[in-house]
Amino acid sequence: MQTSWIPFVPESASTVSGKVDALFFYLSGVTVFFTLLISGVLTFFVIKYRRRTPHEIPRPVAGSHKLETIWSVIPFIIAMSMFAWSAQIYFQNSRSPKNANEIYVVGKQWMWKIQHSTGQREINELHVPVGRKIKLIMTSEDTIHDFFIPAFRIKADVLPGRYTTQWFEATKPGTYHLFCAEYCGMNHSGMIGSVIVMQPTEFDNWLSGNSSQQSPAVAGQQLFQSLGCVSCHGANGEGGRGPALAGLFGSRVFLTNNQTLTADEGYIRESIENPSAKVVSGFSPIMPTFQGQVTPEQLIQIISFIKSLQSSNTQSATATPAVPAPKAQPQVPASATPAPNRR
Amino acid sequence: MKAFETFETPTAARVNYLNAQYGLKSWLLTKDHKRIALLYLGSVTFFFLIGGIYAMMIRLELLTPQGDFLSSATYNKVFTQHGIIMIFFFLIPAIPASLGNFLVPMMIGAKDLAFPRINLLSWYIYLLGGVITIYALLAGGIDTGWTFYAPYSTTFSNSYVLATGVGIFVSGFSSILTGLNFIVTIHTMRAPGLTWFRLPLFIWAHYATALIMILGTPVVAITILLLAFERLAHVGIFDPAVGGDPVLFQHLFWFYSHPAVYIMILPAMGVESELIANFSRKNIFGYKFVAFSSLAIAVFGFLVWGHHLFVAGQSVYAGLIFSFLSFAVAIPSAIKVFNWTATLYKGSISYDTPMLYALGFIGLFTIGGMTGLFLAAVAVDVHVSDTYFIVAHFHYIMVGGTLLGYLGGLHYWWPKISGRMYPEGWGRFSALVIFVGFNLTFLPQFVAGYLGMPRRYHAYPPEFQVFNVLSTAGASILGVGLVIPFIYLLWSMRYGKRAEPNPWHLPGLEWRTASPPPTENFFATPVVTWEAYEFAPPEEMQVIGRFKEETEHA
Repeated sequence: MQTSWIPFVPESASTVSGKVDALFFYLSGVTVFFTLLISGVLTFFVIKYRRRTPHEIPRPVAGSHKLETIWSVIPFIIAMSMFAWSAQIYFQNSRSPKNANEIYVVGKQWMWKIQHSTGQREINELHVPVGRKIKLIMTSEDTIHDFFIPAFRIKADVLPGRYTTQWFEATKPGTYHLFCAEYCGMNHSGMIGSVIVMQPTEFDNWLSGNSSQQSPAVAGQQLFQSLGCVSCHGANGEGGRGPALAGLFGSRVFLTNNQTLTADEGYIRESIENPSAKVVSGFSPIMPTFQGQVTPEQLIQIISFIKSLQSSNTQSATATPAVPAPKAQPQVPASATPAPNRR
Repeated sequence: MKAFETFETPTAARVNYLNAQYGLKSWLLTKDHKRIALLYLGSVTFFFLIGGIYAMMIRLELLTPQGDFLSSATYNKVFTQHGIIMIFFFLIPAIPASLGNFLVPMMIGAKDLAFPRINLLSWYIYLLGGVITIYALLAGGIDTGWTFYAPYSTTFSNSYVLATGVGIFVSGFSSILTGLNFIVTIHTMRAPGLTWFRLPLFIWAHYATALIMILGTPVVAITILLLAFERLAHVGIFDPAVGGDPVLFQHLFWFYSHPAVYIMILPAMGVESELIANFSRKNIFGYKFVAFSSLAIAVFGFLVWGHHLFVAGQSVYAGLIFSFLSFAVAIPSAIKVFNWTATLYKGSISYDTPMLYALGFIGLFTIGGMTGLFLAAVAVDVHVSDTYFIVAHFHYIMVGGTLLGYLGGLHYWWPKISGRMYPEGWGRFSALVIFVGFNLTFLPQFVAGYLGMPRRYHAYPPEFQVFNVLSTAGASILGVGLVIPFIYLLWSMRYGKRAEPNPWHLPGLEWRTASPPPTENFFATPVVTWEAYEFAPPEEMQVIGRFKEETEHA
């Protein structure tokens, strides 16, 4: 749905922006209708029933259950139609598509640090191609920020100590605003940047023109060795004194307290920073904490490396009892493959 | 003392609560709910002026896209302090503690509130909280936003967070005490014959407000305590760097602060019901629906806090449930608006100043309430959350609703409170100026917000300037509109025409005694034999007791 010709509506440049605008127009229409209805009736009554003599006492009017029912039920039905429509859009977009390209975002006072899965880094700029699904995996180094792209109608808080995600598919090349929308201190209003949407071929050129940097997964592998993770988890994450890491991401994990969870970015991060919190069944809590020794960006690199382990080593994932085989768990494509898959 | 004696003309010299005793001590140690109401009236007006000065500074800064009038650090303090002063020290106490304090006993035919000493204590606590907060502002100010989001407030802010927190913590107890006093008073001190369904709707609204005050305020007190623990002792509660959860803070904060929105608007709805019924001389349409909708709002108001966290990292299912509940809580407000409108049908509608405020209230509250639906709709909220759309929405409720209700009520009861009439022409003129100025200020902010302008921005991209220029122009008009009543109300205290006991010819109990009322409110205990809003020709309405004529009083 093209909406950019309508005044008072920002540029529409993602696959969801048209849907949000359509709902917004419905809500605006209902609001204008009821505001005009009420102020119209009000004006009519105020003129028609104006006080004509100072001492007139109008006859009391009894209430009406019928009217009360009408003006409770009709607004309720309208409100529910809004709820259903909005819930549908929200629910559809709440899950990132499986085949999305992942981009890491780290917010800090007062800048956005962005790293593509191929290694390109950007500050306060985000280059993305038209027509490809992009998933942002975001965290903060200090306080809460919020990654807001008005033209895409998306926004999500960026929190310290955990990962939040949002996704989009840009539909129109151009340069759009990127705002921090959660107040974060002195230069909050300076924590802004641009989202540059390019044609896919242009984007691929841009990517290869900046390819001197390491991909986060490769950097993560180096950290994995230098921090000594290999001694317990194995050089390729095959496991040992510690649980196997190959194939871990996205799989079900059984814990010593008989609970299970799905391994995601937050779980891996917690296991690095606070290893004794959720110990895998069959292992003892012997891992030391790495809190304070790895920066949020390095954490992302290690996580990215662990994620990359599953495509090359999926067969080993079933070998260890600590990580039972995920039952038909769809495999997320490795985020750190050297070149992005072209459509 | 001498000056006050000339205030009384010899013919009308009778004892009322204003001239029963003289001297500073008689005010500072008074147990009379009417005098305490005036103490509150003065204090909330003082805080409103401070908050208003901050508002003008915000609007001046935003006139241009560059941050050229204030530095970033100062601007952040200014918008934070505007919010803190306006919410905790004006909007929350404004109607309940001033008009409510004055009128709850009078409307139910009581001599005072149930606990007069606690009532005075609540004013001192409020004042203490206010003084501590003013100290924090003068010492260096606070820059966390009025929402105190952690971990910024606990770890990163270098401003006077603790002092301000203590100020708000302390003033919260005055809310709790006022709420407690209202509930006990309304339950136990109604005049003979004044059954629950004969109560004016102002009382129902205050009863619902009092419930939220005593149930909700302790939660914000706890939240502030936890925040202080983390800031002082680095106990990990909210900051993940020390093992806390920042979203927990938002849950705790909004569990109070969303119901607090209803603490601010419910009393204004109570005023609105009085104004609409009395200035159209009609019984309120659907009395029970309006009364119970206040209680419904108070109860459901506690179940919707999660709509402030749609983009904060809350689960998808929590988002859907809070979205549903937020749509549901809109229905009782819609019921009120329809009933107020229907009340005017076949009425005898006057165009006096209070009624102009009441009509403005319906229009602005409708817009404020309907734009709330945009925020309940998660898909749209994701886009407009933390933008100027939000700023516009809550100002339509807080200014268009609460402030207009407060001003309408103040004009309506001014003859009773002060014993003088305000100048009607100026009253109507300023009501119109405020209405125009308000809409010019905040309508453009809806547009700027949907276009994507984030709130709490010191500098902004130039394409938003046109909306900000309109806003600043509107705010200037609004500012002038608010200064006019401030001047003429003060003027009228000395020079206004003397008010009759019942200048509007109304049946409410507060109009059946002298203006200003005697200290004990009524010279005889009223016996209520009439329904709420049962209008009769003025000569048929009995005055409770007779006015004691006294020529001299020392």
